[in-house]
Amino acid sequence: MIALPQPKADVLDRRDAVHEGLRALLPARAVITDPSRLKPYETDGLSAYRQMPLAVVLPESTEQVATVLRFCHQNGVRVVPRGAGTSLAGGALPLADAVVIGMMRMNRILDVNYADRYAVVQAGVTNLGITKAVEADGFFYAPDPSSQLACMIGGNIGMNSGGAHCLKYGVTANNVLGIKLVTIEGEILELGGAHLDTAGYDWMGIVIGSEGQLGIATEITVRLLRAPEGTRAMLAAFKSNEIAGRCVDAIIGSGIIPVALEFMDRPAIHACEAFAKAGYPLDAEAMLIIEVEGSVEEQDALLGRIREICGRFDPISLKVSQSAEESAAIWKGRKGAFGAIGRISPDYLCMDGTIPTSTLPEVLRRIGEMSEQYGLGVANIFHAGDGNLHPLIMFDANNPESMHKAEAFGADILKLCVEVGGCLTGEHGVGVEKRDLMNVQFTETELDQQRRVKTAFDAGWLLNTAKVFPLKPGTDTAPAPMPHAA
Amino acid sequence: MIAPSDEAGLVAAIEAAAAARTPLTIEGLGSKAGFARPVQTAETLSTRNLTGIPLHAPQELIVSARAGTTLAALEAKLAEAGQHLIAEPPHYAFLGAEAQTVGGIIATNLSGPRRIAWGAMRDHVMGIRAVTGRAEVIRSGGRVLKNVTGLDLCKLFTGSYGTLGVMSEITLKVLPAPEATGTVVLAGLDAATAVKALSAALGSPFSVTGAAHLPEGAAAALGHARPITIARIEDFTDSVHYRIGRLAEIWGAFGMVEQLDTSASLALWRAVRDAAPLAVREGDAVWRISVRPSAGPSILEAAQAAGLDGYLDWGGGLVFLSGPGDEAAHAAIANAARRAGGEWWLLRAPDALRHSPDALPREPDALAAIRRRVTAAFDPAGILNPGRLHAA
Repeated sequence: MIALPQPKADVLDRRDAVHEGLRALLPARAVITDPSRLKPYETDGLSAYRQMPLAVVLPESTEQVATVLRFCHQNGVRVVPRGAGTSLAGGALPLADAVVIGMMRMNRILDVNYADRYAVVQAGVTNLGITKAVEADGFFYAPDPSSQLACMIGGNIGMNSGGAHCLKYGVTANNVLGIKLVTIEGEILELGGAHLDTAGYDWMGIVIGSEGQLGIATEITVRLLRAPEGTRAMLAAFKSNEIAGRCVDAIIGSGIIPVALEFMDRPAIHACEAFAKAGYPLDAEAMLIIEVEGSVEEQDALLGRIREICGRFDPISLKVSQSAEESAAIWKGRKGAFGAIGRISPDYLCMDGTIPTSTLPEVLRRIGEMSEQYGLGVANIFHAGDGNLHPLIMFDANNPESMHKAEAFGADILKLCVEVGGCLTGEHGVGVEKRDLMNVQFTETELDQQRRVKTAFDAGWLLNTAKVFPLKPGTDTAPAPMPHAA
Repeated sequence: MIAPSDEAGLVAAIEAAAAARTPLTIEGLGSKAGFARPVQTAETLSTRNLTGIPLHAPQELIVSARAGTTLAALEAKLAEAGQHLIAEPPHYAFLGAEAQTVGGIIATNLSGPRRIAWGAMRDHVMGIRAVTGRAEVIRSGGRVLKNVTGLDLCKLFTGSYGTLGVMSEITLKVLPAPEATGTVVLAGLDAATAVKALSAALGSPFSVTGAAHLPEGAAAALGHARPITIARIEDFTDSVHYRIGRLAEIWGAFGMVEQLDTSASLALWRAVRDAAPLAVREGDAVWRISVRPSAGPSILEAAQAAGLDGYLDWGGGLVFLSGPGDEAAHAAIANAARRAGGEWWLLRAPDALRHSPDALPREPDALAAIRRRVTAAFDPAGILNPGRLHAA
């Protein structure tokens, strides 16, 4: 288990005073201190870790967020920002001495402007909620993380969330025009706006993906894009991971940029097929889902080219969907992948490294070897276009040894990702989960430089403490580590 | 001038300057020395000898270039593999024939017309190596397309004008260059109507990758008798034909629509990218203004009242202006941009204007305080391009 810092004894001693202080600043409905009502906030998508917070506040305006942060800053109280609590990396895991600021009541869409193609939304609006609000008019918000039904745009800002369509449309950082950010001192900063480029330092660039270390985003101006005329998927199955990998290279090399290019290995194919009955080929070692967009004729032309390319790699089967319904069937298994793994294993860890795409066959071979060594099953789902690999490690959380092995297996996979030229996390974030692996990817000099940027925004290290950066004993910028049973 | 040929040389130069507290002008080939605020130092540190392309993996859509590599050299290397820089960085005509470096393009975050569809240079910087003002080598990002590991210092460095560190190597996402390019043209529209037409094109499902309006003066510079409003499609040949046809239908509501083939399109959009339609006389200033697209015409109007001329890119959201660089003209531009919630850059101006507090948009006090702390976090001695972006 990953160590959480020792709670500040003086803050715990002032628990009642902190509660009273928050109640004096916010409406009664916005402050939660009763343990039974705090319980739902004790964990997030990394549910092996649990910690009851000191209090939860649910502000309804930017000014209330500023008021709470000012109070916490003045009183030396740590703060954990939270959206929907779907982080798979423990980004919203509370601390015993921290106030959780939950953004779910700031859930209004404030403005939609099609002429200038943007929307202004509060941080607690769900990712899919934005697209739902504009799709009748033909528009959409591009990043589409798997959790998009639940996850909130504020959390997407924190983690720089991606999705299956990043190859063409980019991640959160590429689709945000403006952020209203509240600093730990309670200052409200307007970064960017409804325009494309900003002068001076790229504040939005450093804030997006900073995992709540620099401030709390309360309002976000997102780019709206016009949806294409249509999209269609095809499925291609191959005899080995190597062959499928070479086929991906050939597709990209042909000049086609599919909007999605998803890879599944044999265990993933089997798990998804058993769950979704999507018609996946069970004799395949690897399978690609390839999606293109445009008019029906354009889709036909692109899928024809891709079909021809796939045909050069001795495919076991090729299935080009002829309708939106057939496309949905092809996607059904992939989109149900987490549920499918959940059905065959009591628990699973979803890892999130990125690798240079050319290293995929070697990485999958070595993950297979580790799977045997650890005695734990693994299924691999891969955003093949951008190199983002999601191994799903199956284990039993009720068995401490199984849990320990799964964490060690996951850490070994991420070390492998770095070793082949990739990184620890492509879209889930570091959180607590990967915090202690940061020195695999970065030198201490590099981490210290990042810590200094954090300090420039939050000198007291009150914002989302003990996430992202390995705890560093003996410095004034991080608390001393203390083993803490979750 | 100190111009090391390797990263260790950069470290040594910065170490010495930091120890002696000697400020350095940081540049590549110096083509953009006239941008933003001037720096006056006794010594200059240049990346011009840090050249080469250590990595190009076409199938992974990744290229790494040392900071002093010329933009032209990088573009030529990518073209060999049928690829291009996604954000279409400009070779501004008013800079003359001077070569520019990859590091300079990233340090100033300059993008061309395709930015409206595919993002800015800052969106495609996947990794950097840099030497900070502490004379420490740091890396951020890497050589993969999706990476959220730690704070994104790549974005902080992009557009920082050499005030945080000196980038030694930059890794960029690239894409296949399109098979064909097509353009639809409307003639004779006023700016407000033109932006409506561009908005209709950008709001269509046809993936417009360029959307510009050239008023009379700018159009005349390219040989057009009347203002032109243009939208671009880049794709496979069949798709370009189809999509250009559909755009022409949409634009039929605005007037007669002309269509340009690939070679005419490439020449036209190169000119738009390079600010070639701007008339820049000796002593003139050049402004670049980013606003919401529908506000573009109001900036043009304020500029024309102040005796300036220019044109609109990015569907109306990027305004290029040129003309006499006096304080009254600058105040008019800055006020119009501020009213529209936008921002501006001086790409060329008399020194008096470059020294003025409004050379860049002013920051609110709370942000200025954070900015000073962030700069100091990288460059505690304040030796890298001091005053280039902000006076203090």
